[in-house]
Amino acid sequence: MTIAAPAETATGRLGELIARAERLYEDLDFKAVAEWKSKDKTRRAIGFLPVYVPREVIHAAGGLPVGIMGGGDQTEIVRGDSYFQSYICHLPRSVIELLVSGRLDAMDGFLFPSICDVIRNLSGMFKLLKPDKYVHYFDLPQNFQRGLGGRFYGHEMREVATAVGRMTGIEPTDDRLRESIRVYNLNRKAIAELLKLRVDKPWLVPATEYYLVLRAGYMLPVEEHTALLNEYVQLVKDSGRRPMDNIRVMVRGAFCEQPPLALLRTLERAGCYLVDDDFVVGTRLVHGQVAEQGDPWDALADAFMHHSLPTPSVYDERHTKGELLVRKAREVRADGVLLMAPSFCDPALLDQPMLQTALEKAGIPFTSFKYSEDTGQFQVIREQAGTFADAIKLWGTV
Amino acid sequence: MTVEAKKDASQERQKAMIAEHFNKLSRAKEDGRKVVYTFVPGNLTELLANFDLLPVLPEINALQSGMRGKTGDYIHLAEKSGHSEDVCTYVKADIGMLKSGNIGPTGEKLPPPDLLLLSYTGCFTFLKWFELLREEYDCPVVMLHTPYQGDGKITEEMRQYVAGQIRNVLIPELEKLSGKKFDEDRLREDLKRSAKAEDDLVWVLESARHKPSPIDAYFGGVYYIGPIFTSFRGSQDAVEYYELLRGEIEERIKLGLGPVTPDGVLNEEKYRVVVEGPPNWTSFREFWKMFYGEGAVVVASSYTKVGGLYDRGFRHNPDQPIETLADYCMGCYTNLNLPDRIKLLENYINDYQADGFLINSVKSCNSFSAGQLLILRELEKRTGRAGGFIESDLVDPRYFSAANIKNRLESYFQMIEAKRGKA
Amino acid sequence: MDCFIGIDLGSTTTKAVILDGQGRIVGRGITNSRSNYDVAAQVAKQEAFTSARFELLSRELRAREGISESERERLQSELLAAYRHELFLGQLDALEAHCRNDLQNPRFADSRRELTQALEVILQGIREQAKAIFVAESVARSDFFRDIAGSAFIENASEISRGGGPAFDSLVGMFDRNIIPVENQPESRGFEELLMAAYQRLPGDLREGHAGLAELLKSIAETELADVRTVGTGYGRVRLPFPKDCIRSEILCHGLGAHLMFPDTATVLDIGGQDTKAIQVDEQGVVTSFQMNDRCAAGCGRYLGYIADEMNIGLHELGPMALESKRRVKINSTCTVFAGAEFRDRLAAGQAREDIVNGLHRAIILRAMSLLARSGGIRNEFTFTGGVGKNPAAVRALREVAEENYGKLILNIAPDSIYTGAIGAATFAMRDMAGVKAGQEAA
Repeated sequence: MTIAAPAETATGRLGELIARAERLYEDLDFKAVAEWKSKDKTRRAIGFLPVYVPREVIHAAGGLPVGIMGGGDQTEIVRGDSYFQSYICHLPRSVIELLVSGRLDAMDGFLFPSICDVIRNLSGMFKLLKPDKYVHYFDLPQNFQRGLGGRFYGHEMREVATAVGRMTGIEPTDDRLRESIRVYNLNRKAIAELLKLRVDKPWLVPATEYYLVLRAGYMLPVEEHTALLNEYVQLVKDSGRRPMDNIRVMVRGAFCEQPPLALLRTLERAGCYLVDDDFVVGTRLVHGQVAEQGDPWDALADAFMHHSLPTPSVYDERHTKGELLVRKAREVRADGVLLMAPSFCDPALLDQPMLQTALEKAGIPFTSFKYSEDTGQFQVIREQAGTFADAIKLWGTV
Repeated sequence: MTVEAKKDASQERQKAMIAEHFNKLSRAKEDGRKVVYTFVPGNLTELLANFDLLPVLPEINALQSGMRGKTGDYIHLAEKSGHSEDVCTYVKADIGMLKSGNIGPTGEKLPPPDLLLLSYTGCFTFLKWFELLREEYDCPVVMLHTPYQGDGKITEEMRQYVAGQIRNVLIPELEKLSGKKFDEDRLREDLKRSAKAEDDLVWVLESARHKPSPIDAYFGGVYYIGPIFTSFRGSQDAVEYYELLRGEIEERIKLGLGPVTPDGVLNEEKYRVVVEGPPNWTSFREFWKMFYGEGAVVVASSYTKVGGLYDRGFRHNPDQPIETLADYCMGCYTNLNLPDRIKLLENYINDYQADGFLINSVKSCNSFSAGQLLILRELEKRTGRAGGFIESDLVDPRYFSAANIKNRLESYFQMIEAKRGKA
Repeated sequence: MDCFIGIDLGSTTTKAVILDGQGRIVGRGITNSRSNYDVAAQVAKQEAFTSARFELLSRELRAREGISESERERLQSELLAAYRHELFLGQLDALEAHCRNDLQNPRFADSRRELTQALEVILQGIREQAKAIFVAESVARSDFFRDIAGSAFIENASEISRGGGPAFDSLVGMFDRNIIPVENQPESRGFEELLMAAYQRLPGDLREGHAGLAELLKSIAETELADVRTVGTGYGRVRLPFPKDCIRSEILCHGLGAHLMFPDTATVLDIGGQDTKAIQVDEQGVVTSFQMNDRCAAGCGRYLGYIADEMNIGLHELGPMALESKRRVKINSTCTVFAGAEFRDRLAAGQAREDIVNGLHRAIILRAMSLLARSGGIRNEFTFTGGVGKNPAAVRALREVAEENYGKLILNIAPDSIYTGAIGAATFAMRDMAGVKAGQEAA
């Protein structure tokens, strides 16, 4: 349920584009996926859970990677709650709800990246509830040496590629994978453009629009998504939107269970431009470009192990998470940081004290609060974010 | 129902072993010995011993603090310093203990770590835990990534990955720290002793197949697993402890005695149950009493397998010293996928002729808890035996509601009784 | 007559049920649980015995010739009203005694005279009003002395203070300080004494129209009702003054009670003030699995209470209001702590009261559904018990959601489902005794 009133509505071509992204966001029956599949009998869709899988691998085997990011705030939980105690986060409830109500039927397989114990165990639940589907726990490496973690990870990737290839009848050759890397590099480039524009001129890119166009990448074939991103960036550059007296904030903690759109609106209304965040972070966990030459499996492994954004689920080997956070905040000229974590999210909440220490040392203002994907009350958050913004505007600190 | 108990010799022995270990720790600095903090599931005790390093297990400290009624304050302290009320209370109890002077379970101050060995088996929170400790201590961290048995097996790739990390990352780091060379022959000797103690432990755990069971495999079981799950595996002490324990249990069986409880021997076994999930530590005795007070004996439990599933055949193998450590790390209970956990519990219920099973769902531990309601449903379906579900926490006293738990347990045991009455 | 008694100590009310040797319900009693469970159990039991004797009377009267059905009903209801009236006056006397004693406290030295006078006027007023309260066939909002006397006390006290008497607070304070000892003090007169006093209160035509009525009542009062065995259950049952083997879990009692009321029951849902239970029973009423809510009261009856308070309306008005809803609103939190805030937030966002309230009902039912699913789902027939069963919007939501997920079902709701646990307990008492006898015979 959306309590806050809708954001200023975009019109014309921009309006159509946003409406399309919003339809994809609300498509919790994954009709778009079923439609994509219906065009060719050999097409297969692989659902993956937060935070990150190398989608190139699925793409190379002819599959469509589809992000399963929870049920949002519109899914009524009838059966999902009966699988989880009250002290477990919300996302797995809605995912189970989607599964048992048949809304994930368009998926031919599921990947559960290794990010936390809840998602890990959810993989076993899927195995039990859908014994006839491909369900795989995708173990991302925590050792980052090429001969150890890299080798193990390469094997994991090959296994997924082979499994998907068996479904589609397409062999995931090195050449195909190189081509997939190239296609995803274009997507990464388009995302980088969007991120840059938001840092430079955040008034052109409202938080909900940003979220919707990014999230569309978890539903659309990558080629279409790249086109959508490029068009969006062009359209908002020409939109003539004007700056407001907002502060610039960075958001951390929302990498898995996604905040409802109404929460993003609430933050913006409270006077915050979101200039950096970790929403649907899997779309851009690997930053920069992945090597298009050489061994493509190694290239993907290297990218994950050495060129990815810090996230609480991946071991911080070099002990730099605080430093990187501060550096990023300076780079995007953030006035402050919102540490917003889902309730009961162990990785995000255990990370917070470390991030707070780093921010305190650097003198960067921050505030923290919890949410869940179906949060329906925003009064407290509105007041908190509003006070935070006002304090920064008045005194430059809190 | 119970008669006065005397302390068994094995109990005294274990107490002395623990006291000596903590004494060594308190003297570590003077003695020039290095200290390594690490975790119970998938611990590499024999390897640490190879370099004469002294292990400290923060989980054990947290649960001991819980039993001594300290964790309420520790957790409060951690929450005051910015930790969320939502997260694992072992971590918060440990951080609170650290902030209160790091006084260990025997009242002696624990030495700071010279190394944090992040061997994380079956729990993501371990990773955060040592990242947090790293903020407090100026010492290196070694990560040993243990892949999860997502597809219900340990593949050759997984084994090579873990063994490779032990060989190429961990051993060099331990050599650097200790200034000693890795001694493979010594490791083989230690692993032989490990396997010997493991044989006796399995015998003890399986003695619960007897009717009446001579042991409680959960509340009593946590004492029996103590030495082998912690700092003593591979030592002569552990071998002797398990011989002693086994002798005592053999005697109990001969005499037809039931398990020892804090109130004496339980002689009337009314209910045999299997328990899934860790116990609550802050009200451990009270919780136990809710079982033996009703004549209920736990004949098998999954918690006593978090440090190794020896009863399913695994033994440390001196012939492949590194690979066997890798297999051990990956084979602990919390590293099993949900279907295999269910299969294991189903087998326990059948093999130990249990009247039913109980799940103690702890708030802190998502590794255990997420999915337990599906475990409940599946086990009920597969075994037709009575299933019960209770909720508590490891060491947060706020999450142990005695009246509520007692109510559920009584209802549960009466339900078994009523079902029997019908048969 | 042999009596088997079941007592269900709930968090808000205590219920007692008496079965005769054939397992027929002959008496029911209910009282508020108060702070003292022992007294509550005693009072409920006493009430159940009273109702059992009235049941005996009814049986006797039926057996008599020449009394028409309507005549008999009138006699019974007049007698019951008169009996209650007597009981009430007795408690009122006790209240007076406690209040007078209380006023001896030195802190009332200056106001004692004034307060004593006011007390006398108030009590006189209540005694007058009681005549109108205890008339046959009147439906009292509540049977509890605390409620009836309390509202009459307030009414009379406010009139006095408006008329220039002592301050309202000081008058009501007298009631508040003394009601608990009154509640904790069982009636001193025996049944016979009360019944005969009630007989004297009957309208003349009834007393004269039935020859030998006084003798009949006397014999009813003298009939031996043997308390063969009592089984206790419920929230406070660990504190019941019975040996351990006379105590049964509320889950077992509830399951059996529901089975006795509706023999084809397979699944039972009970939503009480502070807890929700989902129970599966077999064809003999034996519990095969159960689930209860965790330690917070989210989604229980209490939650609706908070919402009613927030809206400043009576709890019973909530259901009918929800039935007026035109649009479905999805409520995400059933947390009692956030209930008020979420409600205000939604009102502020322009949502209609009826729609929000309806959404809240659905949210509660969804929580119950998750307990049901954990316990093994809903099987036919499905019996719904507990206070929330009186709420039409909750029942409608339950029916909808149950059928959406489990198909067409028979949904049983008994008007007196509040006694479910006590009926189960009384049946256990009876079966235990049969077991003891069988054991003795075998020996």
